[in-house]
Amino acid sequence: MAQSVVLKRTPLHAVHVSMGAKMVDFGGWDMPVQYSGLVDEHHTVRKGVGLFDVSHMGEIEVRGPEAVRLVDYVTTNAASRLHIGQAQYSGLLYDHGGFVDDILVHKVADDHFFLCVNAANQEKDFEHICAANQFNAQVEFASDRYAQIAIQGPLALRTLEQLTPVELGAIGYYWFKDGTVSGVPARIARTGYTGEDGFELYVAPAEAPRIWNELLNAGRDYGIKPCGLGARNTLRLEAKMALYGHEIHASITPYEAELGWMVKLDKGQFIGRAALAKQKEQGVRRKLVGFEMRGRGIGRDGYEVRLDGVPAGWVTSGSPAPSLNRNIGLCYLPASDVRLGRAIQVMVRNQPVEAETVSTPFYKRAKTA
Amino acid sequence: MSYPESLRYTKEHEWVRAEGDIGTIGITDHAQKELGDIVYVDLPKVGAKIEQGKSLGSVESVKAVSDIYSPVSGEVVEVNETLAQAPEKLNQDPHGAAWLVKVRLSAPDEVKTLLSAADYQTYVGAES
Repeated sequence: MAQSVVLKRTPLHAVHVSMGAKMVDFGGWDMPVQYSGLVDEHHTVRKGVGLFDVSHMGEIEVRGPEAVRLVDYVTTNAASRLHIGQAQYSGLLYDHGGFVDDILVHKVADDHFFLCVNAANQEKDFEHICAANQFNAQVEFASDRYAQIAIQGPLALRTLEQLTPVELGAIGYYWFKDGTVSGVPARIARTGYTGEDGFELYVAPAEAPRIWNELLNAGRDYGIKPCGLGARNTLRLEAKMALYGHEIHASITPYEAELGWMVKLDKGQFIGRAALAKQKEQGVRRKLVGFEMRGRGIGRDGYEVRLDGVPAGWVTSGSPAPSLNRNIGLCYLPASDVRLGRAIQVMVRNQPVEAETVSTPFYKRAKTA
Repeated sequence: MSYPESLRYTKEHEWVRAEGDIGTIGITDHAQKELGDIVYVDLPKVGAKIEQGKSLGSVESVKAVSDIYSPVSGEVVEVNETLAQAPEKLNQDPHGAAWLVKVRLSAPDEVKTLLSAADYQTYVGAES
């Protein structure tokens, strides 16, 4: 295929190509969309352990005595309430309340925060944060210093523990520890985008191929498989985790996206607060809701949704759900029409197909002892 | 995977096998690999008229939906009904059991305009 733009590559690109992954242009990055097959990889993560290269994600470091004030000012969640070693999901908003990005905030030290941001948004996020930096904090665009590997699934801990002296069981969900993996420094976070237990590792790019291979070796007895972005998408959708550009974007607020829990209006001033406070008082006009197809067809991203035959909203993400054997999706509908079990019609290639709103998440992992 | 000599191919990754005035149509191994896990196949009904280069239906994988472009023109005389229940067969045997439709060819010479197995192999080799 003729390539008019040079795609960006992660430090693991050569590994993916040599292992036979199918590569695609993902927001300007040449990324593996699948290895053995999307459905196979999906089940591998639900039942065992899978490995993802997510090095395209961006990293921004905020340091200095005023770091917490800057992070609190540019995000919706309360960074000031984090403990050292704790992470939180948060939103970067515009003044009007729409999303610049959704991000993970890690508190490394009282004067050091580590932000993990979406690949396609990283430059925009950095500029947004710098522009709001009236606190004289140091903001560093650090993406070039980190590769990110996600190891996900019920057997992720038993795989990773072979390569690290860090006691992984002591790291709680949405906590992290700085330690070593394969003998080199690694930030080990118990976070993920699959709805399963697992870890996200931030390591030096030069070490990523060796760590990747050692993880595959360590997980061999557990049936570990390298996985692509295709499975990552079906896994996150079943768990109803938002994807920037789909469920959330510049015209969507956290309340509309049912992410009000990540907004702490009581924490003090932050960008977007006034707009959110007003929206909270007045109520949202549209809301994100899950649906399942009842008729034959799959409601995909961007498809129109109708209520009683009248155009009323749009699908943000839709796919067969490999763990549920159903065709699921998320859509925006007028808030007054959102109730469970509401019949909707999704326009699939100009034909209305029956669907029904359902509760979410579609998939929730069983609590392990 | 080798591409059978008995089939002729399109650049849109369909194939046709002409036997007398009947053409059997399918998608190629390359196509099923590109699509990934196939979950739906939409096919025309018996009696439908189809035209070379026009959409005759669609295949849908977990990831995306793609049109199937007909390699030849004619009238549909048989539809592979097993694919409705077992669309994954398209991932397993695209050149054999998972054929899509059979048509009575209205312009049998169209087949000659299509790619040979060797040419198709070169084409997909160059594309990927």
